[in-house]
Amino acid sequence: MSVEVRVPTILRSHTGGQKLVSGSGETLAELFDDLDAAHSGLKARIVTDEGNLHRFVNVYVNDEDVRFIGGLEAKLSDGDSVTILPAVAGGM
Amino acid sequence: MVAHARADHPDEACGLIAGPEGTGEPRRHVPMTNAARSTTFYEFDAEEWKRVYDEMWEADEEVVVSYHSHTATEARPSRSDTAIASEMGLPQAHYVLVTTRDPEVAEVRSFRIADGEVAEEPIEVLGAPDAVQTYKFAHSPDSTVYDCH
Repeated sequence: MSVEVRVPTILRSHTGGQKLVSGSGETLAELFDDLDAAHSGLKARIVTDEGNLHRFVNVYVNDEDVRFIGGLEAKLSDGDSVTILPAVAGGM
Repeated sequence: MVAHARADHPDEACGLIAGPEGTGEPRRHVPMTNAARSTTFYEFDAEEWKRVYDEMWEADEEVVVSYHSHTATEARPSRSDTAIASEMGLPQAHYVLVTTRDPEVAEVRSFRIADGEVAEEPIEVLGAPDAVQTYKFAHSPDSTVYDCH
């Protein structure tokens, strides 16, 4: 099973500049573990030490914001497309 | 950008200008919905942002300018703007700030933000802006490069 992952510019230092990588996992959490083995440090930019998604990173499975489909426990299927994006936010 | 900021005042407005990847050329203005709908905070609406990103991905575009407004403070990145952009932002983008605190004069300034450092960059106006209001473009707290009425 394979899932394609779109990597935002700010995280491409972990993927040797690649914008599209592939990985595998039954859930998003497993996918990030798998990706971290090949792209060291990537997982820590997305997942906190407590095991949650960082506040200002958006992750989507296909078109779904994963916060609405189980977060890191979201299920993955072969051929899914995962997109990681900066939330783009700020405040005074 | 200024018109969008004025329209959403007193809430903060946000959006981007996309351009061909690697060129640095701002070509396509995309006003975004501020999901926070706040006078003091902005955040791209996550669902809309994914749709816009998909279009950019298909067209080999990237974010050249990411802008937002401040409605009661100066047009420079706040501490949280800088912290968030450094940790998980758009390192290739010009961060443009518009302040709408003055109803007559919109101040527009541009910055690079990376690794907690903010560097202001000059804005050069090309062509004649519509004479609908006064724009003030500044590149440091005490010098104005271009001012048109």
